[in-house]
Amino acid sequence: MDWPSRGLLSTLANKRSGSGKLKMGTRRTSLPADTGLLDKKMAACLSAIAETADREAFRIVFDFYGPRVKGFLMRSGGNAARAEELTQETMAMVWRKAGLFDPQKASASTWIFTIARNLRIDAFRRERHPEIDPDDPVLQMSTPPEPHDKLAGEQDAAHLVKAMAELSDAEQRLLAMAYYEDKSQSKIAAELGLPLGTVKSRMRLIFIKLRARLQTVVRDTP
Amino acid sequence: MTASHHVSDELLLAYEAGSLAEGWSLAVATHLSFCPDCRARARQAAALGGALLATLDAVPLADHAFEAVLARIGAPAPASNGAAVRPVASAVPAPLRDYVGADLNAVRWKRIGTAGYQALIPTGDGQTSVRLLRIPAGQPVPEHGHRGLELTVVLRGMLVDGQERFGVGEIEEANDELEHQPCAGAEEDCICLAVTDAPLRFKSRLVRLVQPFLGI
Repeated sequence: MDWPSRGLLSTLANKRSGSGKLKMGTRRTSLPADTGLLDKKMAACLSAIAETADREAFRIVFDFYGPRVKGFLMRSGGNAARAEELTQETMAMVWRKAGLFDPQKASASTWIFTIARNLRIDAFRRERHPEIDPDDPVLQMSTPPEPHDKLAGEQDAAHLVKAMAELSDAEQRLLAMAYYEDKSQSKIAAELGLPLGTVKSRMRLIFIKLRARLQTVVRDTP
Repeated sequence: MTASHHVSDELLLAYEAGSLAEGWSLAVATHLSFCPDCRARARQAAALGGALLATLDAVPLADHAFEAVLARIGAPAPASNGAAVRPVASAVPAPLRDYVGADLNAVRWKRIGTAGYQALIPTGDGQTSVRLLRIPAGQPVPEHGHRGLELTVVLRGMLVDGQERFGVGEIEEANDELEHQPCAGAEEDCICLAVTDAPLRFKSRLVRLVQPFLGI
């Protein structure tokens, strides 16, 4: 068992590289208060792209998401050139697939996140990301009908951002490691010197916390 | 740890974050195809990714990136609503269909142990073992020692593990603390998708030789 030494090494390595990362990671979510509005606008742009191949609308989507997708890909371990290339591929995909965007199922940000995520998995890890097909007849077999989803729709994006900003730094760091840095839970555990079970239960708690926080918001709003 | 019929929160998060290896993701996506509850939670986990993306620091793109993307798109109009592909009527959900085809009867089964069959499914992750298992009615799942996590999604018949019964589309998420011996239901053969950690590969030939006796 080489656990103690590995744990120590990764803790040290984490301390060293961690300070640089933290500067980026702990940047508090300084989104404009009108996140909901932003998502509404972006969703309308995606529809315009799908319906009339509207280049002006695409420019708006491109200007907002392009640089963020690049930031996302660079934090996932890509160098600037690779991130740039994949960002352009992501944005081209956004144009081509705009007709598949469904504002009932996901916000514009979430939809674009999944496109960038899947391209990242394919490019960086040479793996696929198996996904459900919304038209799969198997889905129709499943009853009862899907409950209306308070969290996914665009009107709730703002609440979600607010709830995330209230997470502790440590919790935000865990989310960042999983979502941006493409780290498996066992890798996160090794880097933070925590047992795998602890990382899993913390992840679970973050998820439960965000959901609970959202339900309160939803209930409080008439 | 107790067996569960749904995907756990931490696994769903890893799946939507994109940090889950392909083999595990295949089991999760297969279960999601059957389970509206888990689909709703998966959309929530994906929404976290969207919110994180929207709040991320922007990194400026190269000059003329927009023009480069327009050139890349080439054709003036984007693809229309994608109604072109007719969905296939199959008991195999779409994510799994990409790996094993639409017909479970057409799978090339190989005998495993004294009772049972398997068909290995190659993935790109190099860290999971993914296979279809066909277990005769009432028989135990063969070669059942596993380390770490094990995900099993039932595709046909029933899987019985102690008091728990798993029907079509249900998933059993078990770790190595769970001592269990799942078997096929008595009524009919059971076909399931099983994903486990890949066996450790040791460099030393000697260690590899004694590996089965050490149970690692």
